[in-house]
Amino acid sequence: MPLSSRHLLGLETTPKEDIKLILDTATTFKEVLERPIKRVPTLQGKTVVNLFYENSTRTRISFELAEKRLSADAVNFSVSTSSVSKGETFKDTIRNIEAMKIDMVVVRHAAAGTPLYLTQLCDAHIINAGDGIHEHPTQALLDMYSIREKLGRLEVVKVCIVGDIAHSRVALSNIFGLKTIGAEVSVCGPATMIPRNIKELGVKVFYNIDEAIQENDVLNILRIQLERKAGGNFPTLREYHTSYGITNERLDKNGKDILILHPGPINRGVEISSEVADGSHQIILQQVTNGVAVRMAVLYLLGTQN
Amino acid sequence: MKIALKNCQLIQPQQKINKKSNLLIEDGIIIKIGNLSAEDLKHAEVFDLKDNFVSPGFFDMHVHLREPGREDEETVQTGCDSAAQGGFTGIACMPNTEPALDSAEVISLIKEKAKDHLVEVFPVGAATVGRKGEVISPMAELFNAGAVGFSDDGVAIKNARILKTSLEYSAMFDVPIIEHCEDESLAGGAMNEGTTSTFLGLPPIPSVAEDLIVIRDILMAEYTGGKVHIAHMSTKKSAQMVREAKAKGIRVTAEVSPHHFTLTEETVKGYNTNTKMNPPLRTQEDVEAMLEALKDGTIDCIASDHAPHSLEEKEMEFEYAPNGIVGLETQIGLALTELYHKKVLTVEQLVEKFAINPRKILNIPIPKFEVGERANLTIIDPNEIWSVDISQFKSKSKNSPFNKRLLKGKAVGVINKGKMILNGKLKEI
Repeated sequence: MPLSSRHLLGLETTPKEDIKLILDTATTFKEVLERPIKRVPTLQGKTVVNLFYENSTRTRISFELAEKRLSADAVNFSVSTSSVSKGETFKDTIRNIEAMKIDMVVVRHAAAGTPLYLTQLCDAHIINAGDGIHEHPTQALLDMYSIREKLGRLEVVKVCIVGDIAHSRVALSNIFGLKTIGAEVSVCGPATMIPRNIKELGVKVFYNIDEAIQENDVLNILRIQLERKAGGNFPTLREYHTSYGITNERLDKNGKDILILHPGPINRGVEISSEVADGSHQIILQQVTNGVAVRMAVLYLLGTQN
Repeated sequence: MKIALKNCQLIQPQQKINKKSNLLIEDGIIIKIGNLSAEDLKHAEVFDLKDNFVSPGFFDMHVHLREPGREDEETVQTGCDSAAQGGFTGIACMPNTEPALDSAEVISLIKEKAKDHLVEVFPVGAATVGRKGEVISPMAELFNAGAVGFSDDGVAIKNARILKTSLEYSAMFDVPIIEHCEDESLAGGAMNEGTTSTFLGLPPIPSVAEDLIVIRDILMAEYTGGKVHIAHMSTKKSAQMVREAKAKGIRVTAEVSPHHFTLTEETVKGYNTNTKMNPPLRTQEDVEAMLEALKDGTIDCIASDHAPHSLEEKEMEFEYAPNGIVGLETQIGLALTELYHKKVLTVEQLVEKFAINPRKILNIPIPKFEVGERANLTIIDPNEIWSVDISQFKSKSKNSPFNKRLLKGKAVGVINKGKMILNGKLKEI
């Protein structure tokens, strides 16, 4: 059964069957990653461009590894090495890249909607690796994969996303994906970091982290972007840590066996304490491993479409 | 040269005219209204208007001509061509050019460039030097050179002190301060703040950014006695505040752009950069509030906020694209379709919003149907069904979200300054 779309632009419109297919396929690829020779010939002869208009280390490396393990030819295009600095428009850059006969584009861009725009400019399959504060679907898929792997299911699991929801593409993709699959989704953070209309997305809101811990099975903790702190969304990092930081003390107090996810990179001592980041509740590094498998699944399912 | 316009439905609400009649025009002057004899028609070229509406020439008080500075996007000439094609005989042009319209020389330059065109151009001077919001512009000089109002359009006048000074000073010439109402500290987003902006991940502009400046400006108009005109009003709250201010007798007027009574923020889905404008497209509730405010007179006039942008500038990532759309050639069709045919406004009210009120606000004489008056009129076929085709625009720019939209009603001709354009053909009369 193929995916219903030629692209992965976001999870807002991705149907349940597609999400399940990606997660199930990822299980197969995870097994490949355990082998001595971690490579399959599935995408031999296909060319994938990693088009990164915004700095990224882990997402780009994760995609690149996934591409190489599927035997695709991977080409990296990042903004610092591109002709964008020479004033070339996005459209011209895409036309040039397409003229080199490529099959897929993995795109990361600071402006929301750019992956959709890309589908109008070229014929390749487009995978969104993060667009502005809009979506980051593969991150959400790997989060969902990791929860399912650990808890055995996603349906009716209670997941709370903690942090700067208003400026997070990870949050939005997780909300869309988890809701589609039947999980119960909530968000927690200071009111200044939660979009006004969040309830229209069908999620519950917690302003108190202790309540969020008590009422959920999973916490997905977002990175506090240190560069935003001066903007005035919350007074100080110390106050954020005091109010929303996840510490052992806080977990113990609420006496709860809870699963902790974090998309990384983590700020130790801000949104998460060191002992939690290295402790028994978290699956942060499993998420990274699963990320490769999930991205292999997406690349495979799109790259083998007609 | 003599022409006869037969079978006109003449509409001039100020004169309480709404009747079937005929016009005889010689050398651009109306010489007879009513039944025309064989003698009258001798040597006259006769046009049968088949009961089309004939009203005082329509006037768009919010147009960006881009000259000087961005002649690649629009010039005085192409902007006037676009206005005439869209059914307008007069426009007011905004001062956010490069350089800004903040000196008598630039105002005169615009007037000079427009002097031979059918369409009359009335520049709006910058309210502050360079539109920087620091020092008020030489308003008396600008007024004497032909400025009909003052504005820092693109932004609101930066602070309350400069606004106060501008209103006090401009009141001496009885011209309005035209305000782009947006609080600077809340500006900078790409679309209206709401569910759609959350779904699209676009940086939001809250509606309260507009409301804050509207109430500031109303209070300041009340305090100084100056005249404030709210440009491109778009929120329900703003409409309510203007309604209340008018009831109190405060000198405030308001305009709305057709996109704010026809489109909602939902249109932004798909990230088409031709749906990016400032003020942004709002909610259905706001659209309904605009219709209500048009109906009850809270909104005095309709203006396009015609904002030409080159293809290169609009063909890019949504967040990086400039704001604005061209509107001169679609707005009468949109207004007839959405307001007249849907019975929001009568034809008299439509003529008030397009021809009478904008001139009243700017102290420009209103054309009348009287013998001896210069013929300045717009001819409208209310029932023509047509489809918007951006490739046919006279404007240099094609950035419209209304391409291929089916409309009912169209301006088919204009007459002014001894010239006539009927069905696209220019004729000296």
